[in-house]
Amino acid sequence: MTTTSPVAGAISAPPDTPKAVRKFNKGAGGVGPIGLGIATLWLSIIVLLPLAAIVFKSLEDGPVTFWQAVTTPNALAALRITVVVSFIVAAINVVLGTLVAWVLVRDDFPGKGFVNALIDLPFALPTIVASIVLLSLYGPDSPVGIHISATQPALVIALLFVTIPFVVRQVQPVLIELDRDVEEAAASLGANNLTIFRKIVLPALTPAILSGGGLAFTRAIGEFGSVVLIGGNIPRETQVASQYIQQQIEVDAPVSAAAVSVVLLVIAFVVLFVLRVFGSRASKREEQNR
Amino acid sequence: MTISVRHANKRYGDFAALDDVSIDIASGSLTALLGPSGSGKSTLLRSIAGLDQPDSGTISIEGRDVTSLPPQKRGIGFVFQHYAAFKHLTVRDNVGFGLQIRKRPKDEIKRKVDDLLEVVGLAGFQTRYPAQLSGGQRQRMALARALAVDPEVLLLDEPFGALDAKVREDLRSWLRRLHNEVHVTTVLVTHDQEEALDVADKIAVLNKGRIEQYGTPGELYDDPANEFVLSFLGTVARFNGKLVRPHDLRLERIQRPDSYAANVIRVVFLGFEVRVELQLPDSPDVFHAEITRGDAAALELNEGDTIYVRALRIPKVELAAV
Amino acid sequence: MNVSTGVRLTLRTVALGYLFVLLIVPIAVILFRTFEHGLGQFWEWITTPAAISALQLSLLIVAIVVPLNVIFGVVTALALVRGRFRGRGVIEAIVDLPFAVSPVVVGVALILLWGVGGWFGGVESLGFRVIFGLPGMVLATLFVTLPFIVREVEPVLHEIGEQQEEAASTLGANGWQTFWRITLPAIRWGLSYGIVLTVARSLGEFGAVIMVSSGFPGISQTLTLLVHSRYIDDYNEFGAYAAATLLMIVALVVLLLMTLLQRTRKSS
Repeated sequence: MTTTSPVAGAISAPPDTPKAVRKFNKGAGGVGPIGLGIATLWLSIIVLLPLAAIVFKSLEDGPVTFWQAVTTPNALAALRITVVVSFIVAAINVVLGTLVAWVLVRDDFPGKGFVNALIDLPFALPTIVASIVLLSLYGPDSPVGIHISATQPALVIALLFVTIPFVVRQVQPVLIELDRDVEEAAASLGANNLTIFRKIVLPALTPAILSGGGLAFTRAIGEFGSVVLIGGNIPRETQVASQYIQQQIEVDAPVSAAAVSVVLLVIAFVVLFVLRVFGSRASKREEQNR
Repeated sequence: MTISVRHANKRYGDFAALDDVSIDIASGSLTALLGPSGSGKSTLLRSIAGLDQPDSGTISIEGRDVTSLPPQKRGIGFVFQHYAAFKHLTVRDNVGFGLQIRKRPKDEIKRKVDDLLEVVGLAGFQTRYPAQLSGGQRQRMALARALAVDPEVLLLDEPFGALDAKVREDLRSWLRRLHNEVHVTTVLVTHDQEEALDVADKIAVLNKGRIEQYGTPGELYDDPANEFVLSFLGTVARFNGKLVRPHDLRLERIQRPDSYAANVIRVVFLGFEVRVELQLPDSPDVFHAEITRGDAAALELNEGDTIYVRALRIPKVELAAV
Repeated sequence: MNVSTGVRLTLRTVALGYLFVLLIVPIAVILFRTFEHGLGQFWEWITTPAAISALQLSLLIVAIVVPLNVIFGVVTALALVRGRFRGRGVIEAIVDLPFAVSPVVVGVALILLWGVGGWFGGVESLGFRVIFGLPGMVLATLFVTLPFIVREVEPVLHEIGEQQEEAASTLGANGWQTFWRITLPAIRWGLSYGIVLTVARSLGEFGAVIMVSSGFPGISQTLTLLVHSRYIDDYNEFGAYAAATLLMIVALVVLLLMTLLQRTRKSS
C-alpha cells in the first residue's frame, strides 16, 4: 500500500473541518460509522446482553448468596470434576495432538489427506451424536465388552473426542512454517534427534501447543452434549458443571445456575488470558532468539 | 488552472503529512510530485483524488470545488503502484468497469475497450485475467482502465515502482508519448528524480509535507531554491564547504586564483563520463568531479596526483550547518 | 530432523492408532448398528412424522441463522478491517466470546434475558414467545455461530487490501457497487467456508437449544433434540441411532465441503 504515514488508532477530524469532509473518513470499501454501529448493536444484542443478564442475576441476592451457591457440596464437586477431567483431557491431547500434527506434517503415507480431513470431524459432528456414538461403543451394549458409561473415564473419552482438533489445528500450521535450516544446523553440530526436538522444535511449537491446549480446556469445561448420554450425570461423581447448571434451572434456582455459570466463564476467561500473555511472551522470546 | 490546491494540511498526531501545501497545475500538463518517502507526495495525490481527506484546505478541479466530493464524483482517473487489478475480472471487464458503472450500452463499451487496449498495446488480451499478465502489462491495463472514463485528470501513484528497471524505462517513455497524444492533465508521484526529469513538464519537489520548489526541470536543476532541492535533483559534490554540481568542477594542472589543490583518490571510467574522486588536503571528506573522457585523457590523471580544482558555478543556496 | 524409519513408523502407528480408536471405531459401530437390519428400518425411523418435523425445524433454523450471520458477519468484518476506530481489540474479543461460553450457559443467559421475569420478559405479553418458541432457538443458535463468518472473512479482507476498492471508487462505483462487484467476489471462498461452518454448527447445536426449547415432538424438537429424546424419553435406542446417523451423514457431507473449499482457497 502506498501510505506514507505511521497511522495508529483513530483519525478524527479537527473541529474546523467542514462536515461534508468528515463524512468520508471511512475509506473506500468500508462501512463507515453506521456499519460499525450496526455491528456493535448486533454483538450487544446477541452476545453481550445475555451474558450481562447472567452476571447480574448471579449477584441479584448479594455476593454472600453468590458464594453460597457456588460452594454447595454438589456445585463444588461438579466444578472440581469438570476442571480436573478437562485438565487431564487437555494434557493428553496436548501430547497426542502434537504427535498427530507431527505425523501429518512430517510423515507421508497413503490416505494422509483422508486422515487430515478426519481431524475436523469433531468440529462438524453434533455433540449429541458424538455422545450416542461413544455410548454405542462403550456403553451397556458395547460390542467389545467395555462398559464404562457413567464413569469418569467415559467423560475423559467423550472430551478427548471433541477436543482433538484444537491442538492439532493449532500446531499444524506452525510445524509447516518451521525453518528446517535450524534443525539441520543443529544436526551438523552433533545434536541427536531428541536434543533437536527438545531444544529447537519444541520451543518453536510451545505457543501453538499452549494455545491449542487452552482452547481444548476451555471447550472441555463447557461441554454438555457429548457427555450427556455417556456420563450418567451422577452428582458428585460424574456430573459436570454444565449438567449441574441445567439441573439448577430445572429446579427453578436461577440465581444458583447463574452463579455457577459465572464461575465457569471466569475460569475460561482466566485460562485464555493467561495463555495469551504466556503465548505472546514465548513467541517474543522465540523471535529474539532467531 | 485545472487543479488548484490551497493550504492543504494533514497531520497524524505530531507527524505532518501535508504542511500548508498550495499548488496550481496547468491544464494538459504532465506534473511530477517528487520527494523521498514520507514527504507527503502520495498524500497530496490521494487528496486530489479524494482517497484521503486533508484536515483543512481546498481542492478545485476545472474550477469546481471538489473538497467535499468523494472520488466517484471528481472526474479523475487513478493508477496505483501495485496495479489494483480486479483479479476476478477479465482484462476487458477491468478496462470496461467504469463504463459499466455508468451503464453505457454494451457495444459502446466493447468498442471503447478495444480501442483503448489497442492504444496501450494490449490488443487481443481481452479475455485474459490479470494473473496471466506481466507487471508491465497489468500497469498498462490499469492505465487503460483509468482512461476509459475520460477523466479530466489522470493521477499516477508511483506507477512504475513495482516494475523491473528496464520495463520501468520503457513504460516511462511510453507514458510521455501517450501524454503527448492524449493530453490529459496528468500528475505523477515518484521518488526517482531521473524519472521526474525525464517525463515531466513541471516538477514539484516535496519534503516533510511542504513543497520546496515547483518549476520546470531546467529551473529546478540550475536554480535550486535550497539545499534540499539541490541535493535531491541530480548529483552534488561538497567542495570547500559549498555544494556544487560535479560537472561544474574544472580540473587543471595549472593553479588559478580561485582553484584549490586536491589529491586524486580514484579515477573511475563510466563510459562517456569519468568520475574523479578527490580530497582536499586538510579535510576528511571525499568529493567527486565529473569530466569528459577527452578532458581526462588530456590531463593524464593518476591516483595520488595533485590537481587544481575550481568551481565554475556555485548555486546560490543556503546551506544547513555542516 | 531426519528420523529413523523405526521411530517414524512408531510415531505413525501411535498417531493413527489413537485417531482410529477415538474417531473411527465408534462411528463404524454406529453405522453398523444402524444399518445391520437393512436400509428399510433406517428409512422408517427417519421418516416418522416426528423426525420429519425435526428435520424441518432444524433446516428452518439454519435458513434464518445463515442469512443473518452473513449480513451481520460481513458488516462486522468490514467494520473491523476497513474501519478506523479505537477499540478494535474489544470488538474482536467480543466476537470470539461465544467460543469460551458453554452452550448450557448460553441457554441460561437467554432464559434470564428473554424468559418470563427476565429483562426483556415483557415481550411475552406482546405475544412474542421467545423462550420455548422459535425465536429463542434462533437466538441461541445465533450466539454460538456468530464468530464463524467474521473470523473467516476478516483475514481475506486483510489480504486483499483496500486498493481494488479504492480503484473502483475512482472509477465511479459507489459503496454498494464496490461491495457487490469487487469486495464480495474477493471474499467468496472465505465466506463460503464460514457459511459451511455455520450450517454445521447450527444443525449440531444441542446444549443451548435444549435449554430454551420446550422439546415437544413434532413442534419444537430439532434433530439433535430428537436423538436425545428418543434415547432418554422413549428408550428407542434404534430410533436414536437412526437419527444420529442421519446427522452424521450430514456432518460428513459438511466435512467434505470443508475439505474441498480449503483446497480451492489454497489454489486460488
